[in-house]
Order: sequence, then C-alpha cells, then structure tokens
Amino acid sequence: MRDVAIVAYIEGQNTSATTLSPVEMIVPVVHEVLKRANVQRSDIDFWCHGSCDYMTGQPFSFVSAVDALGAWPPIMESHVEMDGAWALYEAWVKIQTGEANTALVFGNGKSSAGDMNRALTLQLDPYVVAPLWPGFRSLEAMGARAAIDAGTVTERQMADVVSRSLRDAADNPNVLAYGYRDADELLDEPMTANPLRAHDCPAMADGVAAIIITTADRALEMCDRPAWIRGIDHRIDFQNLGLRDLSRSNSAALASFHAGVTKDKVDVAELHATYSHHEIILAQSMGIDRSTTRMMPSGGALVANPLMAAGLARFGQAARQIFKGNADRAVAHAAQGACLQQNIVAVLEGN
Amino acid sequence: MADDILRIRTPIGIDYTWSSGPGSVVYMRGLENGKLIGRRCPDCELVYFPPRNGICPRCGVLLAAEVEVGPRGTITTFCVVNVPFLGQTIKIPYVAATILLDGADIGMQHLIQECEAADVRMGMRVEPVWKDKSEWTPSLENILYYKPTGEPDADFDVYARHL
Ligand SMILES: [Zn+2]
Repeated sequence: MRDVAIVAYIEGQNTSATTLSPVEMIVPVVHEVLKRANVQRSDIDFWCHGSCDYMTGQPFSFVSAVDALGAWPPIMESHVEMDGAWALYEAWVKIQTGEANTALVFGNGKSSAGDMNRALTLQLDPYVVAPLWPGFRSLEAMGARAAIDAGTVTERQMADVVSRSLRDAADNPNVLAYGYRDADELLDEPMTANPLRAHDCPAMADGVAAIIITTADRALEMCDRPAWIRGIDHRIDFQNLGLRDLSRSNSAALASFHAGVTKDKVDVAELHATYSHHEIILAQSMGIDRSTTRMMPSGGALVANPLMAAGLARFGQAARQIFKGNADRAVAHAAQGACLQQNIVAVLEGN
Repeated sequence: MADDILRIRTPIGIDYTWSSGPGSVVYMRGLENGKLIGRRCPDCELVYFPPRNGICPRCGVLLAAEVEVGPRGTITTFCVVNVPFLGQTIKIPYVAATILLDGADIGMQHLIQECEAADVRMGMRVEPVWKDKSEWTPSLENILYYKPTGEPDADFDVYARHL
C-alpha cells in the first residue's frame, strides 16, 4: 500500500440559498484548496467529484462542474453520484493503483434548489418504496424510533448531542444553526416527526468542500502535518428497510472494523451524523467511546448540512484537527442513503 | 385480481428553483433588451457567448469583462436537416448552423432561414431576425433565426480555428 495523506481542506461558505450556479460555487473553493497546498493545477493528476443530479434536476449536471477545473490541457477526472467522501475513496484507490500521485477531490450540493426531503426519497427502491414518497425525514424518524424502542438511544441523549453541537457551532463561522440551548430546553420543544424535534434534523445548506490528497514523497511539501490515511473502507446495508435493524448500522460497524478504528485510541471523531440519533447509533456500531473521544468539534452536519459535501467535510474537519495538532488519531466518516445505509470510514493519523 | 396486474405507473415529480448565477445574468438581461452580451476570460482573453455559467472551462476561472458581440456573425459549419421527427416545428429541409458572432471566440447554434438550404455555406455572413420586441424574454429564443446579410463571405482564416 502507498502511504496517502490529506494535505489541504477548504470548504465554501455554507448558505441557506445561494444565487450562484453550482459551477460558480465550486471555482473559488478549488482555487483556495490549491493555494492552501501551495500547488498548481498542473500538479493535480486526478480530479474526482461527488454530486447528485436529483438535487439539481438536470441530467449529467456534473459535467458542467468540469468547467470549474480548467480542463485544458486535458485532465484525468471522474465523478461519483455520491457525497464527495466517496470521490475521495475513488481517488485514494487511483493513487494506490499508481495511476495518480496527487488528487483533488470535491463535493458540492445546492440543497435549496428543490425539496430535498422529496429528492432524497429517489434513492429508495423505485418499485415499492419510492412511489410511496415516504420523505426522508420520516424514514429517519422511523430509524430513531427503532433505536429508542430497542433501548440503544434515548431522547435525552439526542438532546445532549444537539446541545453540544450548538455549543461547538459557536466557534465555527460556517454553520447555519445558532444559539446554544441545554438539553432540558431542547426537550421542551414539540416533536415535528415523532420522535424527532426540529433541532434533531440538519440545517440544510448549499455548499462545497474540497480536499487534496497525495503520496508520502510530496505530502510534507504541501502540509506541515499531513493527516495520513491509515485505514479506509466503505460498506453498504440492504436497500430494503424491512430487512434491516434500524437501531444499528451493520455497514458502519464493518467499515469501522476494516478501517481499524478500534486498534487504538480515537482523539477526535467527525461522523456524518445528519440526525442527532445517528451519532449515537454510529458510535455504538463503530466502537467509538463518546465519553473519551472528542465528537464533531466542528459542530458536525447537524449545524450545516451541504448535501454531497457534508460527508467530505467530515474528512476535512477531521484532517484539520490533525493539521492543527489537536489530535494524533482521528476518525472521519460519511454516510449516504436512508437510515445510515451506506458508510465510509477512515482513520487519520498525524504520525 | 392481483394476478391481473402486469404493470404499475409510478410517476415522479419534484419542483426545482434554478438560479442562473451572476455569470449568466448579464447574458440573459442583454437578450431581454435585444443585446448579445458575452464575457471575457481574464486569463486567456477569449470571449464567451453564451458565457457558460460564467466560467472559462479552459482556465477554470470566473469570466470577467462584459463584451457586446455580434449581432452579425459567420457560419463556421452547418447541418441540413432532412429527417422528419416527432414535434418538428420547421419545414424540412432546414439548416442548423454554428455561428461565430463578430467579437466572440466560441460559436453558437442557431437556425438559418430566408435562403435555400443548398445555398448555405461555410463563411457565409448572417444576421439575426428578432421576434417582436413585445415578446422579448431573457432568452435566446428572442432571435427567431439568422438570415444571410448579403456581405461577401468571410475569409477562411477568420473561422479556421473554430472548426
Ligand atoms: Zn480562459
């Protein structure tokens, strides 16, 4: 295996509704991340993008994103119809094969372009589930209910997660949920999709995230303290919700095991928990002790959820904790699909 | 009886709010006022019409200066449509052409009318025929088609690198 590290991370300004076109959103973020790593466009030998056509309502909308990259002379690029975290995985594989050494990975989404509660439903089985238009929030509420009934999650724990996220959000200028409230105040709020309250659901955003990864011979030129990817794995649960125990995430557990999460202490975890109960289910499934690991210092996807970028942002935020020396070992995670169906997990180390 | 069900229809629909982005707004506002406005790349200095989301795809940078182009242009290449298809609104044969507007560096597609398809040729000079002003919207559909100007053909060198 080749040693590969995250050496630069930039996220665009998260907004509730931008008037920029998706490509216009991407351009400055790509420029910034190149600048951060102190490299030229020509230093990038693989570009990989994650986005979702159902969000833009335009088939092959990702093709226009290539305009943002300056594809002359021709570049080697690819796209995944997934969060940018999966684009990072593809780029990591590309580097492992020896076909590339330095990759720029980005994810972007304009959640404001349509009704995402509805658009995300199109990820479901198209024959018997999607035509019912269950709505994503309702499905996640079902998952939360399953976990509460199984005794693995409590409403109090969910409120604690939200309270901590709101506190951390105060230190992050790039969030869309504000105002610290303690768990008691949060539990006084009415439920909007039983057992979820409004604050258990993510603050939807339009945004972009971009990361540069590279090999050992160049990493130290681009970053004082690279975040080495010591393990990375992704797994998928059944699409059929009726075949799954929604109170846990088997695929997150498997991915975590293969990424080597529990081999050593975890200083920081950035989990792509878009609903408050996700964090608890994920930590349990992945073997992360929330009492000793600093959870989502960025505030996480609850306080800013730019779809298709928020997962990659977890990788970037975890890497930042390594860059800054706040952590020696961090776990980055991204999820896609209903009720934590698909999970990608990476272990990042400073040394 | 359930055995009789051979298929079901499950239509899907989502409403979207599409924002063109500031890079394209000048282009669309221009059309609304009968002007053809492109934008220049600050790096390679090419003028794009339309301004493609406000980005130069060669350089990957935001386009800058607004540049009025045309309205006349030169046919760089064309296609005679002889095939009838569902929803066709124009009588065949007709010509769809790539037109390099004066002052622009990329060709755009439009119809050629008011001349025989057999007379259309590379280098032919053309000008737009607009809809009635009262019908203008922020759209290239304000131009019904292009027609020959009668000027002498452009030199091959003028459009050689656009083929
Ligand atoms: Zn350019």
